[in-house]
Amino acid sequence: MSGAFRIPRAGRLSQAKTARFSFDGQSYTGIEGDTLASALLANGVHLVGRSFKYHRPRGFLSAGAEEPNALVQIVRDDARKTPNVRATVQELYDGLAANSQNRWPSLSFDVGAVNDLASPMFSAGFYYKTFMWPKAAWKSLYEPKIREAAGLGVSPDKPDPDHYSSRYAHCDVLVLGGGAAGIAAALAAAETGVRVILADEQAEFGGSLRFETGARIDGQDGFAWAQAAIARLGAMDNVRVLSRTTAFGYYAQNFVGLVERVGDHLKAPGHDLPRERLWQVRAKRVVLASGAIERHMVFANNDRPGIMLAGAARTFLNHYGVAVGRNVGVYTANDSAYAAAIDLKKAGVNIAAIVDLRDNPTGPVIDEARALGIEINFGRAVIRAGGKLRVSSMTVQPKNGGGERTISVDAILMSAGWTPSVHLFSQSRGKVAFNDETKRFVPGTYAQDCVSVGACNGTDGLSASVDEAYAAGAKAARDSGAKSAKGVKPKVDASESWSRGMLGAAPGAGPDTTVKAFVDFQNDVTAKDIRQAVHEGMRSIEHVKRFTTNGMATDQGKTSNMHGLAIAAETLGKPIPEVGLTTFRAPYTPVTFGAIVSHARGPLFDPTRKTATHPWAEAQGAVFEDVGQWKRAWYFPKAGEDMHAAVDRECVAVRTTAGLFDASTLGKIEVVGPDAAKFMELLYTNPWEKLEPGRCRYGIMLREDGFIYDDGVVGRLAPDRFHVTTTTGGAPRVMNHMEDYLQTEFPHLNVWLTSITEQWAVIAVQGPKSRDIIAPLVEGIDMSDEALPHMSVREGKICGVPTRLFRMSFTGERGFEVNVPADYGQAVWEALWAEGQKHGATAYGTESMHVLRAEKGYIIVGQDTDGTVTPNDAGLDWAVGKKKSDFVGIRGMARPDLVAKGRKQLVGLKTKDPKVVLEEGAQIVEDPKQAIPMKMIGHVTSSYWSQNCGRSIALALVAGGRDRMGDTLYVPMPNGVIEVEVTGMVFFDETGGRLNG
Amino acid sequence: MAKAAAKKTAAAASPSVDRRPALAGRTTTATGVKVEVLPPAERISLRAPEASVAALSKALGLTLPKKPKTSASKGGRTVLWLGPDEWLVIDEGGNDPLADCATVTELHSAVGISHRNVAISVTGPAAEATINSGCPQDLSLDAFPAGAASRTILGKAEIVLLRTADDAFRVECWRSFSDYVFTFLSEGARDAAG
Amino acid sequence: MLLIRCPYCEEERPELEFRNAGEAHIARSANMSGESDDDFEKFFFIRSNPKGIIYERWRHMHGCARFFNAVRDTVTDKFVMTYKAGEPKPAKLPGVAK
Repeated sequence: MSGAFRIPRAGRLSQAKTARFSFDGQSYTGIEGDTLASALLANGVHLVGRSFKYHRPRGFLSAGAEEPNALVQIVRDDARKTPNVRATVQELYDGLAANSQNRWPSLSFDVGAVNDLASPMFSAGFYYKTFMWPKAAWKSLYEPKIREAAGLGVSPDKPDPDHYSSRYAHCDVLVLGGGAAGIAAALAAAETGVRVILADEQAEFGGSLRFETGARIDGQDGFAWAQAAIARLGAMDNVRVLSRTTAFGYYAQNFVGLVERVGDHLKAPGHDLPRERLWQVRAKRVVLASGAIERHMVFANNDRPGIMLAGAARTFLNHYGVAVGRNVGVYTANDSAYAAAIDLKKAGVNIAAIVDLRDNPTGPVIDEARALGIEINFGRAVIRAGGKLRVSSMTVQPKNGGGERTISVDAILMSAGWTPSVHLFSQSRGKVAFNDETKRFVPGTYAQDCVSVGACNGTDGLSASVDEAYAAGAKAARDSGAKSAKGVKPKVDASESWSRGMLGAAPGAGPDTTVKAFVDFQNDVTAKDIRQAVHEGMRSIEHVKRFTTNGMATDQGKTSNMHGLAIAAETLGKPIPEVGLTTFRAPYTPVTFGAIVSHARGPLFDPTRKTATHPWAEAQGAVFEDVGQWKRAWYFPKAGEDMHAAVDRECVAVRTTAGLFDASTLGKIEVVGPDAAKFMELLYTNPWEKLEPGRCRYGIMLREDGFIYDDGVVGRLAPDRFHVTTTTGGAPRVMNHMEDYLQTEFPHLNVWLTSITEQWAVIAVQGPKSRDIIAPLVEGIDMSDEALPHMSVREGKICGVPTRLFRMSFTGERGFEVNVPADYGQAVWEALWAEGQKHGATAYGTESMHVLRAEKGYIIVGQDTDGTVTPNDAGLDWAVGKKKSDFVGIRGMARPDLVAKGRKQLVGLKTKDPKVVLEEGAQIVEDPKQAIPMKMIGHVTSSYWSQNCGRSIALALVAGGRDRMGDTLYVPMPNGVIEVEVTGMVFFDETGGRLNG
Repeated sequence: MAKAAAKKTAAAASPSVDRRPALAGRTTTATGVKVEVLPPAERISLRAPEASVAALSKALGLTLPKKPKTSASKGGRTVLWLGPDEWLVIDEGGNDPLADCATVTELHSAVGISHRNVAISVTGPAAEATINSGCPQDLSLDAFPAGAASRTILGKAEIVLLRTADDAFRVECWRSFSDYVFTFLSEGARDAAG
Repeated sequence: MLLIRCPYCEEERPELEFRNAGEAHIARSANMSGESDDDFEKFFFIRSNPKGIIYERWRHMHGCARFFNAVRDTVTDKFVMTYKAGEPKPAKLPGVAK
């Protein structure tokens, strides 16, 4: 059995295919094809949730994506607990487990419901007014308590084990919405041969044909026609049909975001399927066929479980074969609810009464209802519903007042009319227009290449909708380049039609009442709240919205916006269009973070860049550090060594024998062309014209403002060819900076730039034994000091592979940087390592590289400079070409502030206690006894323990630093003041003799 | 010009050490698509003004394409238009385009980047969808026919994309991005197959 | 994501391939070191930041890698036109009322 409320022979599901599921631990049986909502209703379960603020019992309002109430938690396993799933959207699978939310200890007895009794306290603007004082209590008391009590659902606390995918797609015509109009538009476009994508949020296409049993198209039942049409479209090569796919955002230039739910409806989705797929679609033309959403009636206790939209009850009956009650009342202000009453009556359900707010409406549905013997009350209102966990009665009164009559019911179907879904149209920046006659906003001025068709365009009637949509689909195809059309327009044989209705509060929930007549179910906003907002001074509908939170819940006001607007307009005494509509924002329905992140997680969160020698370093047990996207060997600990021990050993080894260091991550740019030197002159502070081929120079690059931007050693390979190196982190931006000047400021220069960062693996061999290690492997390069002095470069071979061999040093020792094609990097490293072992060489990482260069006072751009340091500040005036008339930064460098006295200058610091190592970033003061806040005159930029010096060393930026040599300054720290002496920046081998040592 | 880097010594002495290309041999297959790392190739980044194009074309043995998003291919050598004065030359036939350009006296810049790039082939009916998992360009045959070539984006990495046949692409990326690009394409392939 | 027409690639390409590079048509002096403090301030620091039409530089970073100029409306975020680097500021803009 699949539920006591399942009607035999009603609906389209096959009774044979049952599915077991549980709700709050209780087991039930449903049918394949059910939603969780229809399956629960088949079992007579209406109470499924508690409301956000008042914890009022709630049931199902709708049968679709607009559902504000029936939010549940779907639990697959420990890590898969999805909160706030709309039970009306979640498809049933065998074994589905769902729990209700926002209640404790149970759904039928919820302690939080005291909020309902205390509701006068919680009226509009409550939070703004109440938790203002004392100020300190907000953070410590109010906020944590409110957060605990509020919120819907509970987030899972484990990493999401599912994967999500994404796809960029392009098409000529994108049709959003797969009801009759959307299908007709897609058919018209597809038949021309253009690329079409048709998406619908439901599992099955058809839209309102799911419940409109009166619709017949091309000689068959409307829903059956839809399925046949979809099958036809799906078989066409130029068409992609996406079900379970919600268009959540419409962005500039017809860029539309869709989320396809791939696995949530499956019992066992399987490892290869993503849970969801994000489609980012660019369409030449968009056809919006998003339909209309039924509005509820605003009356007292209209939120009781069992009270729902009339169209929803029809869907549950005609599609799922479920009766939403046995004794049903109907409250309406338009014709559409009559069809629900008629369908239910024919299925054997008692219709207690139809209460119609209109005075004397006429029409075929009214005649038919009457012929079926249904009691109809015109000019009357339901002024309140009875019952708590389930509606038990409706109290009826003439709409202008008079005697009350209470009718027992177990469900109430309501319809105040239908609101065109203009969400996506509005997101496209189109402007809506109010149709005063039909009391609805419809698409007015278009901002993009799109068109609205059918119910979302305010078009009433199936026949008119299909005609309009087919024509629009054909036109969209033509506008996107289609040549010919050869299709046949679907013929609507029979349809249902209605329009109008009412907006705002119904009688009984009028201006002077305090009844709880809900406008926004999900955020618990009543008609009274909206009036109060106006009374308290909110004039703009945007203010009313924020003050009351009407329409701000996850359902984005799909059922509430128009009612809220109408009540505000009435209270303000203004016509609706003058008050205006609030902005519709993306997403149309909530989108998971997973879908938005899609592939960008785990190893694909960001590229992890590794050098050619990475496997070797890994095998040696190197510890790596992240430098931008690169993994760099930080230090190479031997057994039992901590980082300090390893770094001390590495640093000493480099200065006594030699060390090997992977410098591959340094940016490298090949500058080629007859004007290469001219270009270098303009981009660097140094002179380059006279640098001889085969020689190198340390270059400084400035920004136009005169501050240091990058540095590096540049080798001139030939008169027209430079090999430029940059910092690791600076590589991409330096390339961009150089390209920018070359392309836009100096385009007359005949020179080109090519990034060769990844072409060459770079192995630095540094130390007194470096030449002895390299020489045996090198061919064709004279390694003598005379032929290859410090700061020179040669091309030749090493281990039989091409090399650009630089004689240079970032340690102060005799040093080389061996460039080899990257694929040979590790093999050449291994060969050098084998040679090095004969001399006791070590491998060293970035930490030792930092210490060694600091011992020599070599700066690191980005560590010892921070974008406000000039060459003079850094003590690098010698690297600025004094005779040059132009280079980038020449004028900025001369700005008054940059040449003023007292600028922070880079100096060395020695702690009075040589064992104390300063903290990088620590502030420096002149007088540690001064009152707080002290005057800070600089800060430590680099600080290390230097085993080679037998003491700590530091570099610092200090105001007027070079005039303070020998002065004592102070570094106040939490556990005491550290005394330091200002020194020069070179701590080791001040004369530089070891470069040739 | 550009003689310094173009000494034809490459073939003279054979290396005493082995070449270890990134991701060598990596391959992944899914229904309708195969993603595999291609063997090393000779490559240069070629830059030149309009006036040098004829001489360079002659030296390279095929006409440099001048139309955006196109390529030319002949005898195992492919030249991709990357920008108005920029081409990527890929030689899979064992010849050295750097040496060929060294004979050209007209203004140009030829820089060897054989080791900078790694090539990955994506083939099969689901190849287009695989690449569109992270590439925002329209890759339909109308917009990106066989022979089309473009520098573009895949996820968070830059790639050069060449369509070698209706259902086959060559994806080139920088060496250190190759693991990311290959992994991305593998995930894309898994999804495109579904 | 916007589509931006690259004047070198001669087609619209996805925004992800591009990078903004600040305001256009700010000429770097041929006599940089002779610039007055005021002129340098105008050149380096002062930008127009208009509401409406802005002339700016973009780079087709992950495409042809060329810098080019674009005219964009900062109110609608719509590109009015693009043109090659070094070309003069267009005298007339298509579809923009003066």
